[in-house]
Amino acid sequence: MAYDIQTWVSVAAFTGGGMAMGFGAIGAAIGEGYTAASANEAIGRNPGQSGDIFKSMLVGQAIAESASIFALVIALMLLFTKYPSHILSVPVLLGAGLCMGLGAIGSGVGSGFPAGAACQGMARQPAMSGRLTTNMLIGSAVCQTPAIFSLVVSFILLFTDFSANPVSPTWAAILGAGISSGFGAIGSGLGGGLVAQASCEGISRQPLTVTPVTNVMLLGQAVTQTTAIYALLVSFILMFKSFPATDAIAPPMALLAAGICMGIGAIGPAVGEGFAGQGAVAWIARNEKYIADLTRSMLVGQAVAESTGIYSLVIALVLIFVV
Amino acid sequence: MIEGADIIKAAAFLGAGISMGVGAIGPGVGEGMAAAKACEAIGKNPKEAGLLTRTMLVGQAVSESTGIYSLVIALLLLFVV
Repeated sequence: MAYDIQTWVSVAAFTGGGMAMGFGAIGAAIGEGYTAASANEAIGRNPGQSGDIFKSMLVGQAIAESASIFALVIALMLLFTKYPSHILSVPVLLGAGLCMGLGAIGSGVGSGFPAGAACQGMARQPAMSGRLTTNMLIGSAVCQTPAIFSLVVSFILLFTDFSANPVSPTWAAILGAGISSGFGAIGSGLGGGLVAQASCEGISRQPLTVTPVTNVMLLGQAVTQTTAIYALLVSFILMFKSFPATDAIAPPMALLAAGICMGIGAIGPAVGEGFAGQGAVAWIARNEKYIADLTRSMLVGQAVAESTGIYSLVIALVLIFVV
Repeated sequence: MIEGADIIKAAAFLGAGISMGVGAIGPGVGEGMAAAKACEAIGKNPKEAGLLTRTMLVGQAVSESTGIYSLVIALLLLFVV
């Protein structure tokens, strides 16, 4: 049963396309469902505002949808483009599919949180509809950045010519790059969404706190994005560093392990930082006087949560550069 | 020809990556929850900010321990065994 390389390239393209759209559909659907549930609750509470709430539900869902549209684009590219008959096309196609599929999960779910909170806020405080929409849009946009990182990595994988590189260990570096940015985007998308949710809720409870709440929201979200940026960094190193050819199995495994380590290791810290930001933003809205204390304890808490992400980065870099 | 020692080394690398990667999830989430509740408590009772920050840090240090175990195991797999 010997198949030619073109067969395996097609197998990888179709498998990658399936994974991209399969995984990529999870997040947006959950996030949009959450938004719709919140909108229904909000309209039930205040039917007079149904027009505004309905509009903001659709806008919020459209943003959450963008993550899975990225996945759709990558899936279609994998299905309908003809890729070169080179053995390294196989990990490229699998890696690109995995990267975009996994990368869309967190952003899709995360973007649903602020949209849902904005809908409920409009029912509670109709006068704040405009500021709530602005705040929701800013918060959701930050949630989308990790999905965009994944999209960038997928595009680079698909459009870079790896054929001059040695097959081993380049195959593992390519797969590792996809896995790192794919998994690494899950936590940052979710964490950013939690912070934005608290800020939309806070603005609707205490409209006067809108400026400090938005500022601290952006600060908290920025910290949640850091682990996705570490994952992006590891992906770039894996894609662009040239590795010496080898026949042994240990060097490629080290590169694959670096991708897995940084990707999965980025999930927890980002979600935890999201919780910390959520708590701080919610209470700054209620007790604006103590913004300094709350911001400080948010940042200290996030710094501690970040530590395991940094351990993962260190181990990934050791796997790439030392062993 | 792939030798046994090579496979063992490959497995150690893979194990190190999985150990640190998966092991980082729990402490990250747990420490974040601790920080969230500390912020909530400081919001309710700002006078006790010092005490609350101290309690948060001690709690987080305990929750960090499993992350450090993962780091130790990963380093052992990379450099010792």
